[in-house]
Amino acid sequence: MTATTATFSIWRGDRQGGKLVEYQTEIAEGMVVLDAVRRIQADQANDLAVRWNCKAGKCGSCAAEINGKPRLMCMTRLSDVPTNRPILVEPMRTFPLIRDLVTDVSWNFEKKRTVRKFTPRKPDAPDGTWRMAQIDVDRVQEFRKCIECFLCQNVCHVLRDHQLFDEYIGPRLLTHSAALEMHPLDSDHRLSDLRFTQGIGYCNITKCCTKVCPEEIKITDNAIIPLKERLVDRYFDPVAWLFGAGR
Amino acid sequence: MAQYETIRHDVLIIGAGGAGLRGAVEAAARGASVGVVSKSLLGKAHTVMAEGGVAAALGNVDDRDNWRVHFADTMRGGQYVNNWRMAELHAKEAPDRVRELEAWGAVFDRTPDGRILQRNFGGHRYPRLAHVGDRTGLEMIRTLQDHAIFERISFYMEFTIISLLKDGNRVVGALGYQREKGLFFVFQAKAVVLATGGLGRAYKITSNSWECTGDGIALACDAGAELQDMEFVQFHPTGMVWPPSVAGILVTEGVRGEGGVLRNGLGRRFLFDDIPPLYKDQTADNEEEGWRYTQGDKSARRPPELLTRDHVARCIVREVREGRGSPHGGVFLDIAWIKQKIPNAEKHIRTKLPSMYDQFLKLADLDITKEPMEVGPTTHYLMGGVRVDGDSQMSSLPGLFAAGECAAGLHGANRLGGNSLSDLLVFGQRAGEYAARFAKDASLAPVSESAVGESIRQVLAPFENGAKGRGESPYRVQAELQDMMQELVGIVRVEDEMVRALDGIQKLKERSRNLRVEGNRMYNAGWHTAIDVRNLLTMSEAICRGAIERRESRGAHYRVDYPEKSEKFAKVNTVLHKGEDGAFKLRLEPIKEMPAELKQIIEEMK
Repeated sequence: MTATTATFSIWRGDRQGGKLVEYQTEIAEGMVVLDAVRRIQADQANDLAVRWNCKAGKCGSCAAEINGKPRLMCMTRLSDVPTNRPILVEPMRTFPLIRDLVTDVSWNFEKKRTVRKFTPRKPDAPDGTWRMAQIDVDRVQEFRKCIECFLCQNVCHVLRDHQLFDEYIGPRLLTHSAALEMHPLDSDHRLSDLRFTQGIGYCNITKCCTKVCPEEIKITDNAIIPLKERLVDRYFDPVAWLFGAGR
Repeated sequence: MAQYETIRHDVLIIGAGGAGLRGAVEAAARGASVGVVSKSLLGKAHTVMAEGGVAAALGNVDDRDNWRVHFADTMRGGQYVNNWRMAELHAKEAPDRVRELEAWGAVFDRTPDGRILQRNFGGHRYPRLAHVGDRTGLEMIRTLQDHAIFERISFYMEFTIISLLKDGNRVVGALGYQREKGLFFVFQAKAVVLATGGLGRAYKITSNSWECTGDGIALACDAGAELQDMEFVQFHPTGMVWPPSVAGILVTEGVRGEGGVLRNGLGRRFLFDDIPPLYKDQTADNEEEGWRYTQGDKSARRPPELLTRDHVARCIVREVREGRGSPHGGVFLDIAWIKQKIPNAEKHIRTKLPSMYDQFLKLADLDITKEPMEVGPTTHYLMGGVRVDGDSQMSSLPGLFAAGECAAGLHGANRLGGNSLSDLLVFGQRAGEYAARFAKDASLAPVSESAVGESIRQVLAPFENGAKGRGESPYRVQAELQDMMQELVGIVRVEDEMVRALDGIQKLKERSRNLRVEGNRMYNAGWHTAIDVRNLLTMSEAICRGAIERRESRGAHYRVDYPEKSEKFAKVNTVLHKGEDGAFKLRLEPIKEMPAELKQIIEEMK
């Protein structure tokens, strides 16, 4: 194990403004970006604001932009980024800044309440339990791996560039909707909300969300596109479309 | 006069992990107005990291299982100093609490006939852990969160509680601050539930997240509540040891449940060499039988890798100390070997242990389907905590309840894997129920202005040092405490080392009166660390005092100067509280006599 020094260029500031500040710290084998940021916090910048909990890629708290790429700080190893020049660490840009690397992600929590809650069908067995096949739960288990880091929301251009926070719920909550719609026991319907108030039509399947998902959920292919297909089946008669009447 | 806002609720819940959320849902369902204070964002609490599963005697995989067996297993695992009433309620109610999660949307792995699948785990006689691959905690917390947000519950995210407020002896609220702006809030409540989890961050090597600084237990203690069995700290046998920056991160017991084996540096399955008498009859005496057990052969006994965590952790320490460890000071945990036994082993491992596969590949460049992992013990769980009534979860202070890891009793001297997720469901529900009931018969009480003012003055003091450029870094005090606890009050304990630790804690306490916080109050991590340090020091002292007093070895508490169990300590809990002068008082409290029917269950299952 050889100790060397690396430079980190970390965004410091609040809603009034701020700047990138350079810090040098020792790095060692196996370290991740979060280790270095915490070391800088402990040794050089005690009041550096950074959100983290588990440091094991399981809680999704430490999302940031590292050298411009949206990632979890705890799962980004220093061996995977060039250390011969400053490593840029910035907060997620889509959400309002609180301070330094911490952003206000409360919009995601508020918006979740607009997705109709899980409503199970009547139990299958007299003892009040249900029966489900593993093959049927596999599909929703993929979506339920989501750790709510909101990196997908952060890169989605509908939110990042167009700021359509009132009209669109974003990939995270589309995945949440898909998990409910495809839940073998769920008996509620969410397609109307998705179309009319949650803006699924804004998604033009550029797959940026899928690329940044640390849980490797195929957000676009497995969650959003099937929802869009269900919408088409429900609201647009294919024969009418063929003759141009659907527009 | 100090500036603060006041918020009122019937029931205030401190902590938004599994126990807090389950308690909140229960109290709200009973008509109470509920506030949940969460140190982090919703859904990020340490529950999210639980991997292996939730223990409940559903009997879906082996119909010989029932609450009696689960009760006996829990008591045996806890070496009989458990609160037997809690162990009884837990075993009886866990199945309903798990099924209820399914009604709220949880998606557990399935048996071939479509019911909830259950897996093997250490100390459980039958396959008992309902699970979702190796991310059961995430499934549980998300289910509870997504259910709770539609109930009559107010969430206060990224708020930290600084002190509990009392009217006479009764707890009537709490003072907290909101991290974003650094503003103070007084929560007035008819009942307060602590659900703040454990204290792994008192140690250097831990599986615990940032939050686990023993806040609730320290708050209760400072308010005069009794603590119990603080010496029982569980060291999970398998944490990562390499590279150093990931040391301590948990490797689920599920790896061993799926057939993974532990070998020392010489390639020997060393656990076969030392099987405790209490478990001799239940443990395989050859490798073949152990393998058959993990594959569901009901006639086989479990492999020694699935002995209780305290024992496995100690055996690993012994191998390492006697020079038979792995290159980086651990031992080898091998799941890749199962390819000799089953076809498609690689796919099987990735399906059953997906996040372990990812974790090692991404953080250690190691493919667990091909190579063995290096593992060693990591601070994982506190069996002790706030002393509570088994039925209601009320502490020794009226109006103050505690549930989940911050409450003592259920697990005795050692917790079985999977019993923590069931603990937080069963006793989260009970704490919510009894807090709501208590609130119904109580009214809001006035809050002492002077107590609030004094608390605020104390937590703001480090800013004065910061402004004048003097005082000590809270990070430094925290790091020194962690190093010391790791070295002197770890897995293997001895009186003179613990006395030294106590002395060291006193010195750190002195230094912590002179901490320095730089910058302003907005989202200030240094300020938060200063508050954490105060709690960690209280907790570390409590651990030391309990550990020095218990002059025997039992469960997770192992002393080289008293290596055997003692008759005297078999019948007592250690109970601590802070006296009027702020000093700890300790007594040995006799464990209540167990009813004949429970005794009989234990006899039958021996």
